[in-house]
Amino acid sequence: MMLMNIEHLHKSFGGLSAVLDFNAHLEERELIGLIGPNGAGKTTVFNLITGVYKPDEGKIHFADQDITGLPPYEICRRGIARTFQNIRLFNDLSVLDNVRIALHKDVHYPLLSAVLRIPSFFKGEAEIEEKTDQFLKIFNLYDKRNEKASSLPYGEQRRLEIARALATNPRLLILDEPAAGMNPNETAELMELNRLIREQFHLTILLIEHDMSLVMGVCERIYVLDYGQIIAEGSPEEIRNNKRVIEAYLGEEVS
Amino acid sequence: MQKTQSVKPTYFKPVQFLIEVGILVALFTLVQYLITTGLLNQYYQINLASICINIILAVSLNLINGFTGQLSLGHAGFMAVGAYASVIMTQYMELPFIVGIIMACLAAALAGFIIGVPTLRLRGDYLAIATLGFGEIIRVVLQNIDYVGGPAGIMGITKMATWPWMFASVVITLVVIVNLINSSYGRAIISVREDEIAAELMGINTTKYKVLAFVIGAMFAGLAGALYAHYFYIIKPETFNFLKSFDILVMVVLGGLGSTTGAVIAAIFITVLTAALQSFPAIRMILYAIILIIVMIYRPQGLMGNKELGRRAFGRLRGENK
Amino acid sequence: MVNGLSLGAIYALIALGYTMVYGIIMLINFAHGDIMMVGAYIGFFSVAVLGTNIFVAMAVAMMACALLGVIIEKVAYKPLRNSTRIAALITAIGVSLFLEYTTIFFLTPNQRVYPAEAFPVTNYHVMGLTLSSKDIFVFISAVVLMIILQYIIKRTKTGKAMRAVSLDKEAAMLMGINVDKTISITFAIGSALAAAAGVMMGIYYNSINPLMGIIPGLKAFVAAVLGGIGIIPGAMVGGFLMGILETLVSGYGSSLYRDAVAFGVLIIILLIKPTGLFGKNTGEKV
Repeated sequence: MMLMNIEHLHKSFGGLSAVLDFNAHLEERELIGLIGPNGAGKTTVFNLITGVYKPDEGKIHFADQDITGLPPYEICRRGIARTFQNIRLFNDLSVLDNVRIALHKDVHYPLLSAVLRIPSFFKGEAEIEEKTDQFLKIFNLYDKRNEKASSLPYGEQRRLEIARALATNPRLLILDEPAAGMNPNETAELMELNRLIREQFHLTILLIEHDMSLVMGVCERIYVLDYGQIIAEGSPEEIRNNKRVIEAYLGEEVS
Repeated sequence: MQKTQSVKPTYFKPVQFLIEVGILVALFTLVQYLITTGLLNQYYQINLASICINIILAVSLNLINGFTGQLSLGHAGFMAVGAYASVIMTQYMELPFIVGIIMACLAAALAGFIIGVPTLRLRGDYLAIATLGFGEIIRVVLQNIDYVGGPAGIMGITKMATWPWMFASVVITLVVIVNLINSSYGRAIISVREDEIAAELMGINTTKYKVLAFVIGAMFAGLAGALYAHYFYIIKPETFNFLKSFDILVMVVLGGLGSTTGAVIAAIFITVLTAALQSFPAIRMILYAIILIIVMIYRPQGLMGNKELGRRAFGRLRGENK
Repeated sequence: MVNGLSLGAIYALIALGYTMVYGIIMLINFAHGDIMMVGAYIGFFSVAVLGTNIFVAMAVAMMACALLGVIIEKVAYKPLRNSTRIAALITAIGVSLFLEYTTIFFLTPNQRVYPAEAFPVTNYHVMGLTLSSKDIFVFISAVVLMIILQYIIKRTKTGKAMRAVSLDKEAAMLMGINVDKTISITFAIGSALAAAAGVMMGIYYNSINPLMGIIPGLKAFVAAVLGGIGIIPGAMVGGFLMGILETLVSGYGSSLYRDAVAFGVLIIILLIKPTGLFGKNTGEKV
């Protein structure tokens, strides 16, 4: 089933086209990669999908709903979660709180019950605690739940960011350069984590990545972006041998 | 590895609850006794009243500045709205004090909503100046309304804010704000301070929560205004100018942006300092100025940072294991 | 109308300081209006105690305040260059209060009157308008200063450095520009202009007091925002607009609302076009 369909997306900043006629589609449970040289507009596409920017033209359909131009919190509620290139955790808050905030939109109790401390509050908090503990245990962060998020090692911070995104119960997970700044060990851990996620959660994943081993290793289908436009689409094999892609990445060097 | 306090709600423990209620009742009765027997003289009574009012002001501003991370410099404006609204109820319409208080809260909350919705869309420093502007606009408007006495204000207000009212107001303010913060709503509010974009992308409507915190903060400022009016007999627009807003800001900054305990401690400290330096107003302001500068440069987290003294701390003192 | 232009000239001078500082370190220098006040006082003492003429007094005030601005930057703002803007704003409030109340402490809160001998007031009648020599002095001095400023910004190396740092601090540093020195110079120039404005206020309104910087400071800030904060010609235009607007409102409306009008203008701008008349939109990079 087609989960997301993006049509003719355009975005310019002050006369400069960042994204030009971007078209893409995602089927459920696919793992799609978005690659391209630096400055190609990949993060801009993510920002457009998640509502951080509003497109100048074009439409984005997600699960049969038009989500073009919706505010980011609404898009999250529809089932899209995201991580960032520069990890954006709530740095001064604990690991536990970072994940608990993700559950705010799903576990409801009225404001008044929080103030008056009536049973619905305690019930809600117990549910939140149960769910967050579950997530923390899956991602091996339970023991560090009271640590300040910024004090975690880099690889664990990334893991926490992904855990937090998943705690919002998304259908589509968007990862912006998850392996950025990681050494080979951490990257291997990440790939393992990715396998775990795909097993445990019924998710579609869209990812931007520069680490080719990661991209070629896990993606089922790849879109290649250059100067804001798609220049290729296909399986890792096809992309690896695509002349235009090689040119875009290496300049004039074609082997 | 740094440990940090999680925003933890504690589960309902009946024994602990009764002990806390007991402490509050004891505190209340003690002070009431001291007042009725006259052991607490006028000077201390006035200071006590000021402390109560300042605690409410500091804690409510801390909700906006400290927990939500939105710098509001017009808090005195909401205090003014509450003060005037309550006085209209009790003096002009001769209604009981409770009506005055409720009106003060509602009016201030409404003002908070009207001002908050447009200004909370603005970026940090612009938001600060806009709130400063609105605070001054409130003051100037009040100065020009003859119905409430214009620049001379209103005098001879019946002293209705006795110790029970003060005490109850402080307790209610603290309970509401602390309970709010230690809940999912509180975490949502704090996430707005920590990283607005990340919070939005986790499904939190940041504008809604900014407005919520702003309105609640404004409401309690209105409560403080009502108490002030009905204790100090006189209110005039000049009382609620931006210097008053800065007074409250100094308390919040000193106590630690994001610590309710800090706000309470700082409110008490600053009130006492103000009383001590009553004859030297210039020195007092110079001291405030130095406090602001030094705290911001050397210890921006203030006295308490974002730590709280609460049940956990008392638990540790009692040797409990949590 | 003439009054509006003179007042506008004064606001423009103060607004320039706000806009230059904001352009270079993204700080609303809350204390800027109080630097104007200090300038007014120094000018006063120069004339009343030292017996100099008004031009010397203005020069002295400008140099002293330039120094004061540099000192304030080094002591209070530089340590916070990497902090949040809110932290810097709170510190600026502290500096403002410090300047105001230290002046009150040492010099009493009372008004002082600029001695009449400092500036002989004569009225000229030209084309049906009554021009006071005050108006002429204020307007011409302000214009001269603004021309000098434009020259510095556009034609000197310092000016280029200032523009570079306000566009991209790191890049400027990599190009070998001494960022600290450039920032200090910006503060110096801005403060000097404010001092000149202060002396002009003293002559124009005859009296000075320690809290005189607050309201004009806020109005000048509104002027800077109106023109587009960080944009120098914007501050000049904004200043004149605010001066003319204020004179019109005083003429037609209640003078009690005169000050609130400035806030009203501020809020309207912030809600409709926060980047001001000449400003461009730059969003946050995610």
